[in-house]
Amino acid sequence: MYETNYHKAGSTAEAGDLISKSDDAKILGGGQTLLPTMKQRLAAPSDLVDVTGIPELQGISESGGGVSIGAATTHSEVASSDLVKQKLPGLAALASGIGDPAVRHMGTIGGSVANNDPAADYPAALVALGASVVTNKRELGAEDFFTGLFETALDEDEIVVSVNFPGAAASAYSKYPNPASRYAMAGVFVAKSSDGSVKVAVTGAGQDGVFRMGEMETALGGNWSPDAVAGIAPAADGLLSDLHGSAAYRSNLVTVMAKRAVAAAS
Amino acid sequence: MAVEGIGARALRKEDKRFITGKGQYTDDMVMPGMGFAAFVRSPHAHAKVTSIDSTAALTMPGVDAVLTGDQLVGDGIGNLICGWMIHSKDGSPMNMGGWRALEPEIVRHVGQAVAVVIADTQAQARDAADAVEVEYEELPAVVDSVAALQPGAPQLHPEAAGNLIFDWEIGDEAAVNDAFEKAAHVTRMEISNNRLVPNPMEPRAALASYNDAEEHHTLYTTSQNPHVARLVLSAFYAVAPEHKLRVIAPDVGGGFGSKIYIYPEEMVCLWASKRVGRPVKWVSDRTEAFLTDAHGRDHKSEAELALDADNKIIGFRVKTVANIGAYMSLFSSAVPTYLYATLLSGQYDIPAIHANVKTVYTNTTPVDAYRGAGRPEATYLVERMMETTAREIGLSPAEFRRKNFVRSFPHQTPVIMCYDAGDYDATLDAAMKAADYDGIAARKAEAASRGKLRGIGMSCYIEACGIAPSAAVGSLGAGVGLWESAEVRVNPVGTVEVLTGSHSHGQGHETTFAQLICERFGLDSDSVAIVHGDTDKVQFGMGTYGSRSGAVGMSAIVKALDKVEAKAKKIAAHLMEASEGDIQIEGGELKVAGTDKKLNFSEVALAAYTAHNLPEGMEPGLKEGAFYDPTNFTFPSGTYICEVEVDPETGTTEIVSFVAADDFGKVINPMIVEGQVHGGLVQGIGQALLENAAYDENGQLLTASYMDYTMPRADDVPSFNLSTHETLCPGNPLGMKGCGEAGAIGSPPAVINAITDAIGNNALTMPAAAEKVWSLYQSGSKEAAE
Repeated sequence: MYETNYHKAGSTAEAGDLISKSDDAKILGGGQTLLPTMKQRLAAPSDLVDVTGIPELQGISESGGGVSIGAATTHSEVASSDLVKQKLPGLAALASGIGDPAVRHMGTIGGSVANNDPAADYPAALVALGASVVTNKRELGAEDFFTGLFETALDEDEIVVSVNFPGAAASAYSKYPNPASRYAMAGVFVAKSSDGSVKVAVTGAGQDGVFRMGEMETALGGNWSPDAVAGIAPAADGLLSDLHGSAAYRSNLVTVMAKRAVAAAS
Repeated sequence: MAVEGIGARALRKEDKRFITGKGQYTDDMVMPGMGFAAFVRSPHAHAKVTSIDSTAALTMPGVDAVLTGDQLVGDGIGNLICGWMIHSKDGSPMNMGGWRALEPEIVRHVGQAVAVVIADTQAQARDAADAVEVEYEELPAVVDSVAALQPGAPQLHPEAAGNLIFDWEIGDEAAVNDAFEKAAHVTRMEISNNRLVPNPMEPRAALASYNDAEEHHTLYTTSQNPHVARLVLSAFYAVAPEHKLRVIAPDVGGGFGSKIYIYPEEMVCLWASKRVGRPVKWVSDRTEAFLTDAHGRDHKSEAELALDADNKIIGFRVKTVANIGAYMSLFSSAVPTYLYATLLSGQYDIPAIHANVKTVYTNTTPVDAYRGAGRPEATYLVERMMETTAREIGLSPAEFRRKNFVRSFPHQTPVIMCYDAGDYDATLDAAMKAADYDGIAARKAEAASRGKLRGIGMSCYIEACGIAPSAAVGSLGAGVGLWESAEVRVNPVGTVEVLTGSHSHGQGHETTFAQLICERFGLDSDSVAIVHGDTDKVQFGMGTYGSRSGAVGMSAIVKALDKVEAKAKKIAAHLMEASEGDIQIEGGELKVAGTDKKLNFSEVALAAYTAHNLPEGMEPGLKEGAFYDPTNFTFPSGTYICEVEVDPETGTTEIVSFVAADDFGKVINPMIVEGQVHGGLVQGIGQALLENAAYDENGQLLTASYMDYTMPRADDVPSFNLSTHETLCPGNPLGMKGCGEAGAIGSPPAVINAITDAIGNNALTMPAAAEKVWSLYQSGSKEAAE
């Protein structure tokens, strides 16, 4: 790791101030991606601004029939929250399967969505559930927030404050993990809202990060069962291909994971 | 405390310090004024080093020195060596290229060191290493062993034309050709053995210091064999003379072979500490470990098995290309030859075997012995051939194997080895019973009802341990003898210290070796200490690898104990005015048989040291040493049966049952043996299902971290069903064979045979990654539908 300066911000204003005064600051959430990257000497921020102690980033609360989750909330807190389990069991289950116990006790939802790793789990949940991301400057719909591989709509000094999830009638997530890293090679989140509309979002497989499967959504809208999606697969040419899985294999995994997610949500 | 002798499940004495964080590893060692080394490494797989500019690095804070290969060569430091000479079939010696600890001219693999920075802190050293400006002129690279042999392939070393190090053979080619002409059935396969990265938990490390008043060096290092390290550093690299160099391998966190060798980094620390005048420490990070710890396996083979009309094997022909990497590591030449092709007879009576091995340089990390070293490659080849042949001829895999088992001993194979003892039916029977082999059809049907593909596969392995008879290995090209030494020191108070040339880096020697002494003298284990890993304490030793510490290391201890016991009995007989032949040792006491006369072991020990009343002419003291040179290899064997369920939708394999029935000869501590088998099985399952060192065509290691290199985890393996069956080894006093590598040797073919059974497609290669299994099953299903 290269030398860096650590700051713990007490408010989003202080964080913004620290960022603006630094050469090359990075916002530090749970650090589960940034710190390993720094240890590998692949990132060398001059300053780290830790936002996990800021009061308004804390806590899980009920909000308009859904839940609002503070950005500094750990995956473990989401997974074990009675409110999340009751309102959005698919989201609680997703959080319980991120990384390993150490990652889940340090990593935060705000850090995860701000990083927008194409193989991270949360983006699929945000998109399928129609969540919005609240920052210190504005509120953005999930599909406007995630803009590409490791890219979001966030400005350099913009801080995620919370993520607001509307309620859902049914939700579930199923992922096929990379055997080495255990990130998703294909993760599918299915959600049915109270009006019966369906969203299906895929992570881990897309070259541009999370994407929706419109054909599956239509099929599930008419027939909420695993069979409805069994014959639907994304075109391989937009999918990631690497050592652990070709695009064709990932395309198959998306179908299989979608079936399993619907089965789990039924 | 009860005496815990041979056969006791004694808890490990070393675990208290390991579990409470009190182990003392090389990185825990601190010396006043020490500096830290960081290496400047090549980002290219093959390139000319055109310039190294240290100017900027030398101005950075805390930096003492930047040293390069020119300075190393200028100081007379020798090239790294390979300790085993192999001759090609035409009689010519192997074509070995030079390997310098810091390369001044041409780098041949990614991660090769070209310079080292010494600075006050590790962070300063690393920052400065980044600032050393090295200019390279890239050369074309080759990573695949077969491609490296093709005309026009990039050339690595001028000494090895066409990248061929040797073209070696074993066995009777004419006899094999005859067998194939007569054959009623021939099975042919192409079989590859995937490249692995050892990944011990503790990365390599070194701390070297030089005392200029005494002209004496000390090296703490992560070594499986500190005496061999001292020998090689002195005799070949000329870093320091042997009597002026102390090598200490303190607690070492796993080796699996990768810590046998003397690497550039350790050698450079030793040299640099004298040059800069301060102790120098280096600790490998995990990326450096992936790039520079010797890799394992990487074979590509063609095999043909010939049967007569009665399904008896009459001939076996094997052609193998072994990838040795960019340089010849210490034992790299022996692994694909005498540790591999000599095991191609398996557990079977095969009258004619011929193997040809071509060993090849490529622009990859050097390959050397890794848990099993040659025997996993042989076993995988033999046992996939056996299972495949059985399927082709329509015999059950067990019946075909039984038909060809060796049943009379000693058995001379056509490939050097002479099997001394074994009972292959016994372990096959035990494994089949434990696995309910005959009930597989019902389990397959039940799995099918859940949409899963169930399969079963077996592997009947044999391996050669207890390396090795010195004269025999010397005649085959080894540069050293492979005996072991021991010294048993009874202290005046009756406690015992055993100095051994074996080295424990996870094997539990402090417990098992002590059990021998407890058994012999009836002492409790708290009275015994095992001393190892320091060339100043232990006179000499060959170290730990090849499952040799029991069969060879403990045999040396037994010889020394025999001498101690004889002298103690003489003293006791003298003191109790009895005949030496009437003295019995029992429960920590020396008794005169048939009387109530007795002396405590500690009283005899004290008498030996006070020397007030010893037999006429006897020297004082109670301390004896011994060297033990084995008379033959030992031959652990057994049967492993793996049962899997494959998810046809994703290709994911779950191991639902794994049975291991092993014959290790005499077992000293069943708990430790089970631990060794567990670890070996997990490594073998890792190779079969998960692990693979993959390079891209430019020689970049794609799997250089745990993000991409899949180490097995607890949830990848099942609970194991183990049993042992003792056929005593006649070649050593305890009848031991060795258990350290069997799990890694025997398990990969059992796993792959099970998966190929499940999916009905035999074209599977290791690792059986989910996509590979899925696409093979898909293509099989499509063919079946057409």
